[in-house]
Amino acid sequence: MSSVINVRGLEKSYGANKAVAGIDLTIEPGEIFALLGPNGAGKTTTVEILEGFRDRDRGDVSVLGTDPGVKGEQARKWRNRIGIVLQSTNDAGDLSVYETVAHFAKYYSNPRGVDEVINAVGLTDKSAELIRTLSGGQRRRLDVALGIIGSPELLFLDEPTTGFDPEARRAFWALIQDLRKSGATILLTTHYLDEAEALADRVAVINQGKIIEVATPALLGGRATSLATVSWKGPNGLQSERTDNPTTLIRKLTETYKDEIPELTVKRASLEDIYLEMIGGADVSQ
Amino acid sequence: MSVNKVHSNKVPSALAIGIARGGLEVKQFMRQRESVVFTLAFPIMLLAIFGSVFTNELSDGVTFSQYFVAGMIASGLVNTGFQQLAIMIPVERDFGTLKRLQGTPMPASSYFIGKSIVVFVTMVIQVALLLIAGVLFFGVNLPTDPAKWFTFTWLIILGSAASTALGIAFSVIPKSGRGASAVVSPVVIILQFFSGVFFVFTDLPGWMQQVAALFPLKWMTQGMRSVFLPDSFAAQEVAGTWETGRTFWIILAWLIAGLVISIKTFKWEQAR
Repeated sequence: MSSVINVRGLEKSYGANKAVAGIDLTIEPGEIFALLGPNGAGKTTTVEILEGFRDRDRGDVSVLGTDPGVKGEQARKWRNRIGIVLQSTNDAGDLSVYETVAHFAKYYSNPRGVDEVINAVGLTDKSAELIRTLSGGQRRRLDVALGIIGSPELLFLDEPTTGFDPEARRAFWALIQDLRKSGATILLTTHYLDEAEALADRVAVINQGKIIEVATPALLGGRATSLATVSWKGPNGLQSERTDNPTTLIRKLTETYKDEIPELTVKRASLEDIYLEMIGGADVSQ
Repeated sequence: MSVNKVHSNKVPSALAIGIARGGLEVKQFMRQRESVVFTLAFPIMLLAIFGSVFTNELSDGVTFSQYFVAGMIASGLVNTGFQQLAIMIPVERDFGTLKRLQGTPMPASSYFIGKSIVVFVTMVIQVALLLIAGVLFFGVNLPTDPAKWFTFTWLIILGSAASTALGIAFSVIPKSGRGASAVVSPVVIILQFFSGVFFVFTDLPGWMQQVAALFPLKWMTQGMRSVFLPDSFAAQEVAGTWETGRTFWIILAWLIAGLVISIKTFKWEQAR
């Protein structure tokens, strides 16, 4: 199979709690794939099974053609081809950025250049600084540097921009898009809907251990065809109407108001609206 | 400096990565000034204190300082290996350091090799400083017989390896990095008292001696006495001899036990 990740019927329980209740997932080469879901939805468990950190109860899982539960020398060969950026680690404060990246490079058969990677994550100025002097965002960039130093074919990114200011997030997104250009497949988990929208080719929404839907961010939850809300200032104050055909409505309005329609807005559901509806709906169905 | 010109799929060997880790760990250790000072100076401070409190001669011209230096070196093996690792590894587990390493092609064996190297290097520096201070300030005599230096060398190598393996093995017991010291330190302190580090071993009650004989520190201490005390002193040991052969086998057995337990039980992550 040529898919980077292929999952069929994945299940995992902790005691009586079924954290993952039958997940199917296919991720293609070169994709940025986002996994969305509320806390406790089974997102972390799923990803940790794919990363080889956790055993599964049932199901077939293939990551780069290998079962992530593989052990010994086979596991090393497999790990040589993947990169993992975990939620923040807090260690090795007494080493410099360069020393740390150069050290991790020694773990892999075909590492990228140390300076090149440090430059790619925007830490060239901090290369000689000790890690403990870095800000939170800079530390996160170092985490990414360590995740990509081995030239991974597949990169796992877990909540990469938690705690970033808006500017740092934009810069980070640009970095991820650059990585994709280099051919890597990326599996991203995030709480931020705008992040998924900005980066992901496809999004999966997971809730209560199941995948509710997989779609492009624009099409998720029937978003493209959802009702639009047109609102404007009428004689009795702000008026709004939900409609399938906003253009028709606006054409009618232009006849009423000779020139500008006061305070006109047309709004479709944001990814966040759709997402909240989806996971809310799943809650009710139980 | 781009290394990826030639595409090979050969993952670096566990030994090569282990040696790289050893270098990194030594560098990290040297940069933690407080712990460097503490680890290296503490044995000297203890020697100074005990050397001034107990000024009596034991027998055959053996001063307490001379007796105590053997105990301090043996004790150093347990402190820099067992105690240090059993406390630090849970901290590294809490910090996510180990989980990050688990996600790379680095095998656990490389991590163990790295720890052995940092323990051995620390031990060599610590012993060198202790002996220099002992000779200069506390009238400690160094052995002249090459056979004794041979015993000394294998005791340091075997002892620090066993201590490292047992530290890694014990590191699964503390539930968190914060609580690790409270779990580990009492074990070490009790062993030190029982094993004749602070007192003359044969002055201890018989049951204490028997308990101590089950653990490696007693044998490391006795082995170090065979190096630093005159051979005539062997008559005062429990067995009436230095029991050098038995010492070797017992420490080796603990090394193997430590390795087996480490390989079987090592945890990258604290179970939730």
